[in-house]
Amino acid sequence: MVFIQTSELGWKEFIEIVTSERVLHSYKISFGTAFAAAAINAVFGLLVAWVLVRYQFPGKRLLDALIDLPFALPTAVAGITLTTLYAENGWIGQLLEPLNIKVAFTPLGISIALTFIGLPFVVRMVQPVLQNIEKELEEAAESLGASRLQIFQKVIFPSILPALLSGFSLAFARGLGEYGSVVFIAGNMPMKTEIAPLMIMTKLEQFDYAGATAIAVVMLLFSFLFLIIINIIQTWSRKHELQKE
Amino acid sequence: MEPSLSKPMERQPVRKRKSSKESKGVKIALISIAILYLSLLLFVPLIAIFIKAFEKGVDVYLAAITESDALSAIKLTLLVAVIVVPLNTIFGIAAAWLVTKFHFKGKQLLLSIIELPFAVSPVIAGLVFVLLFSPRGVLGLWMVEYGIKIIFSVPGIIIATIFVTLPFVARELIPVMQEQGTSEEEAAVSLGANGWQMFIRVTLPNIKWGLMYGMILCNARAIGEFGAVSVVSGHIRGLTNTLPLHVEILYNEYQFSASFAVASLMSIMAIITLVIKSIIEWKTEKQEV
Repeated sequence: MVFIQTSELGWKEFIEIVTSERVLHSYKISFGTAFAAAAINAVFGLLVAWVLVRYQFPGKRLLDALIDLPFALPTAVAGITLTTLYAENGWIGQLLEPLNIKVAFTPLGISIALTFIGLPFVVRMVQPVLQNIEKELEEAAESLGASRLQIFQKVIFPSILPALLSGFSLAFARGLGEYGSVVFIAGNMPMKTEIAPLMIMTKLEQFDYAGATAIAVVMLLFSFLFLIIINIIQTWSRKHELQKE
Repeated sequence: MEPSLSKPMERQPVRKRKSSKESKGVKIALISIAILYLSLLLFVPLIAIFIKAFEKGVDVYLAAITESDALSAIKLTLLVAVIVVPLNTIFGIAAAWLVTKFHFKGKQLLLSIIELPFAVSPVIAGLVFVLLFSPRGVLGLWMVEYGIKIIFSVPGIIIATIFVTLPFVARELIPVMQEQGTSEEEAAVSLGANGWQMFIRVTLPNIKWGLMYGMILCNARAIGEFGAVSVVSGHIRGLTNTLPLHVEILYNEYQFSASFAVASLMSIMAIITLVIKSIIEWKTEKQEV
């Protein structure tokens, strides 16, 4: 459908639209912020999953339940709340202002919104894998004289890597397409904080359907690329598991 | 010989278990980082919603959620959820059934198509429906002729929401049904059950928790969907404004307290969703044990 609509545009027009400076900037911002957010989530998501699986502490159940909040909370609600918190006079923005860190209406703000949105993906992908790792393997490594860090690097990390990567890709893909939570905190300044989905929105509001579709096509191509990558990772990890068995 | 052999064997696991854990300092540090990270990102915003909602007092709060535009937004959102969730539940069961109990060509393709809405930006999803159904779109002329209006009206919102929430139920059911296999159904059929009896008595009890899990996630997303709905709705107050769109309008008009009041309603929904989800998880954990 989307592809048919674009074919009505000439090739030249298509290239013109998708390589116009404002659109290129929006791609760059979308990719940059989504990547940063997914990376933050990969690191902290792994840590959170580890803590939730391995340790016992008061409030653990509550924390575990809270992880899925970004799935349950409407994105627009997340958007206005984060904007209010991180605005210059907001609870957190106030604390960051003396440090000269501006979050709301900057790419940093977009990243924070996307970090919120993508938080559950890595945790929920890694958690079951971590739970199923056989303790024997770790114990064997231990008895062979491996240090705790070595065990993590050589035994635990390789087995959770596929899950970590697919969690990362899911968070990244979601971040690329996310609209609701971002429009509020981004401020939507052309060339600075305009994300690609917003460009589609803007073109649509001007009834420039062809332009909107052209931008969408480029985004779709990238999304498909990621779907394929996710699929390859999953097939690879399945093979990996089969080999172990 | 025997006692001397068994003694170190007994002692060893104890020592091992102790040393195969991180030092206490590392453990406490990791737990603190996790708690700090989650509170900053999840807990503080959740609390902030309610504080902001009641900032100007209970009167403003009540006024905001009982005003006529808000009420019609609530009604529309509930209507969308009531239509979308059952439809996607039926579709999810059918798709999961097809994928897990039968072998056929193109299965992998079907699986990828089910996942498609997760990979596509909601804004693009909305765009596709605009391209299809708007008066200038592919089916537009035909629809103008018959007087059907989809874009910028309620049917468009429903269709867009169906698309966005399509994968939830199927995604939860597929692994559950895969694990169960077909032997129980085969037994039921060989004992003389018809298809419907087999489904109600054998399949449904086996998948009920996964099904509920998928349904509440589907419901949460159906209520909260913003991007796709925003494209197709046209933002006509009192007519095609869902709750999230209403929140946006209030916020952009600087009616922050009212905006957060409406947002708090949806947050309560989200919290209920999380509670139900946790209960389901405990139940399934117990079942497994």
